[in-house]
Amino acid sequence: MTSVAPTNADLALGTPSASQPGDSPRRFNFNLRQSGIYIAFALIVALFTVLTGGDMLAPQNISNIVVQNSYILILAIGMIMVIIAGHIDLSVGSVVAASGAFAAVMMVDWGLPWPLALLITLIFGGLIGAWQGYWIAYFGIPAFIVTLAGMLLFRAVTLLILGNRGIGPFPDEVRTLANGFTDGYLGNIGLGALGGADLFSILVGLVAVGAIVLTQWRTRKARQNYLQAVEPLSLFIAKIAIAAVILMFVIVQLARFRNLPWVLVLLAALVIGYSVLTNRAVFGRQIYAVGGNLQAATLSGVKVKSVVFWLFVNMGVLAAVAGIIFAGRLNQANPTAGNAFELDAIAAAFIGGAAVQGGVGKVVGAITGGLIMGVINNGMSLIGAPSEQVMLVKGAVLLAAVAFDVWTKRRAGASR
Amino acid sequence: MTGADTILHMQGITKTFPGVKALQDVNLDVRRGEIHAICGENGAGKSTLMKVLSGVYPHGSYDGEIIFDGEPCRFSGIRDSESRGIVIIHQELALAPNLSIAENIFLGNEQASRGLIDWNKTNAAAAELLRRVGLRENPTTQVLDLGVGKQQLVEIAKAVSKRVRLLILDEPTAALNDEDSEHLLDLLRGLRDEGITCVIISHKLNEVMAIADRVTILRDGRTISTLSIVEDEVTEDRIISGMVGRDLDHRFPPHEPQIGEEVLRIEDWTVHSPTQHGRVVVQGANLSVRRGEIVGLAGLMGAGRTELAMSVFGRSYGTDISGRVFKDGQEIHLRSVREAIDHGIAYATEDRKRYGLNLIEDIKRNVSAAGLRKLAKGGWVDDNEEFKVADEYRQSMNIKAPSVASITGKLSGGNQQKVVLSKWIFTDPDVLILDEPTRGIDVGAKYEIYTIINRLADAGKGVLVISSELPELLGLCDRIYTLSEGRITGEVSRADATQEGLMTLMTIGQEVAR
Repeated sequence: MTSVAPTNADLALGTPSASQPGDSPRRFNFNLRQSGIYIAFALIVALFTVLTGGDMLAPQNISNIVVQNSYILILAIGMIMVIIAGHIDLSVGSVVAASGAFAAVMMVDWGLPWPLALLITLIFGGLIGAWQGYWIAYFGIPAFIVTLAGMLLFRAVTLLILGNRGIGPFPDEVRTLANGFTDGYLGNIGLGALGGADLFSILVGLVAVGAIVLTQWRTRKARQNYLQAVEPLSLFIAKIAIAAVILMFVIVQLARFRNLPWVLVLLAALVIGYSVLTNRAVFGRQIYAVGGNLQAATLSGVKVKSVVFWLFVNMGVLAAVAGIIFAGRLNQANPTAGNAFELDAIAAAFIGGAAVQGGVGKVVGAITGGLIMGVINNGMSLIGAPSEQVMLVKGAVLLAAVAFDVWTKRRAGASR
Repeated sequence: MTGADTILHMQGITKTFPGVKALQDVNLDVRRGEIHAICGENGAGKSTLMKVLSGVYPHGSYDGEIIFDGEPCRFSGIRDSESRGIVIIHQELALAPNLSIAENIFLGNEQASRGLIDWNKTNAAAAELLRRVGLRENPTTQVLDLGVGKQQLVEIAKAVSKRVRLLILDEPTAALNDEDSEHLLDLLRGLRDEGITCVIISHKLNEVMAIADRVTILRDGRTISTLSIVEDEVTEDRIISGMVGRDLDHRFPPHEPQIGEEVLRIEDWTVHSPTQHGRVVVQGANLSVRRGEIVGLAGLMGAGRTELAMSVFGRSYGTDISGRVFKDGQEIHLRSVREAIDHGIAYATEDRKRYGLNLIEDIKRNVSAAGLRKLAKGGWVDDNEEFKVADEYRQSMNIKAPSVASITGKLSGGNQQKVVLSKWIFTDPDVLILDEPTRGIDVGAKYEIYTIINRLADAGKGVLVISSELPELLGLCDRIYTLSEGRITGEVSRADATQEGLMTLMTIGQEVAR
């Protein structure tokens, strides 16, 4: 694919525009809405680190934050994609419960081998998503209604499956996935004053840092080859250095505790995979096109119905993943599992930069939004705040995040 | 300066946005009881000036002075300016579709006694206002049942109800057909005779000539001149040259067509309305387009032009569609937009904001939207290639934006239209259907769009142009079809076409149909 356009582009006005003043190839517009979320996250972490006297960043606590929020974060990935397309899914909490229950019945009551049971559970989630996607995309019922109905329907399915009892325990492998850690394959190394840490975890961290540096550098080089403006080298290095330091800090803390949680590995894979999907895949682009302007997307040949349908299938599969993790962590599937998870996932997406009208948002943003809520939960419980205060703060943060979004948009609108 | 007959005096208005000086030392004098036109290209600052005047941009956010009726004004919002009798009617009408005419007229100004709305009084007062603006409708009719032209009249009635003294209309006739436009202009003359001063922003220079007493021309945020239509013997060309800062000898670029083989033929095409059961929107239409040819499709609003085009374009409109489509002599079946694009057919919509662009996305993602698969390998988009492609279009189409990462919603109408055209040219079509390609864009950008259309034809593509502006069709097209009430009523070559002749054909079918 060397040159796709020239023959067509040349058709247009033959005379290229004389450079306008300020006509630089690419201007850096600091996107406050998108960047603000990371700054806010850093500030919140800093605040609680001070308030808890450093306990916030203790090895065990970091591990807890990751493990305790993993299922919400997994849901948030699917939810932000649904929201970008201009829809919503209120049923995910019930789907989490239903898929956890179904997995438990298959593994515990029927004695199916766990890999097969997990696969069937994912298909089960996908079928639930297909059911909802059909009504939304092809029948034209608003997602709000379909998934509100789904919230009730799949809670009922859960109760039918479980018959109002908890089912457990799960096979060890499933519990390890949900709640376990990588083994110390290579033993420990001493880190001086920090004590011993798992060598394998640290190596994984170093490889990850190396991968980040390499991919970022290659992206930068490719852009330069296409004569696009890139950020100054110093800024580029500073950004990468900050990312590397934060990543290594988290990894070292985890390595000092009980090594890498398996859910973190799973989550990392999902975040990377879905980020690439939303940014680079044709399907990902179509999600933004559908949410940004449905009619324009339709008239540009996007198969809108199919895009929306598959988004809900995807949401169902991710809800099944979250259901397995949640049930595995409790080592029991129970009828009230996943209660109000949809609200946490939706809040994570909106705190993380999704727009109410759709068309905007990033997977990494939703993850950050979910972590902000997780850190607030965790930090406030560390300082012994009662649950009503936690709810109060979380509600205020959600409102503030969306108010900020509306405000920046209005300001942008007024400047024209 | 402020003469006795001056109702509005804006002095030295300067308005700056981050990085842009939208208005620079602009002066505007409007005389009491005149119709004052403001002309300028898109981005010249007309709308900004009117927003300053109406308080959308409050006092303090701009420099300069506004003197209305002898008193300096410091509006902090629209309510302030409305209380002084300055009412602005925006291009996009601001009516609540589900409310009645009367409810809309008195929205925010309810006719209440002791906290309860007096419906008899409301409807009677509304009926009186409707009579004044010449709208024969029941005040209790829902606004969504009215056409755009009548909605405009409701807006004016609403303004009159607020005891308007200075009425500002932003592109009032942009969405109206000739008949409704004429009615509106008559109404404005009537209001002038009642002593209401009007400021009208319009791209349609023939209207300006027909209705305005004086005209102020803006260019690049500065006042160029204020002319009296009669005393200064103003011509359309003079206004145009003031607007663009150069003389336009021709409003249409010269073009020698090189017409080849037939590329698209539609036979016996019939389309039914998707909402009104059984209503025929297009009936038995036959038309053809040859390579290198620019074909016009003329018709009044509601004649079925857009419906014809969209139903061909992958059945985007209509139900119960019958007829045959031939591409390069082969019959093709276009069941979806995707199939239409794959067969080399492109349709650029008449409403680029609602149907053409993702306004919250940047230029490059809009340019690639319809041809994204050309940039993808195995389902993955090469975003560097995308950037390069979009930047080539930015330069060759002269899209005025700092970069292809600029958000399309912030571009002017003309530049947005160029993005839409880039998107469709990138799909490498053989036939382009361009629906109102120059609607709401300024004279300079129109010329550029015409040049692009000519080049497309020269590259061997067939172009079908739908337009409400007959001079545009006459200046651009090699052949023109007329459409009336869903039927093709005529086919005229460029040499034989006149405005009068086309207009006759565009209305003749209506009598036949009845």
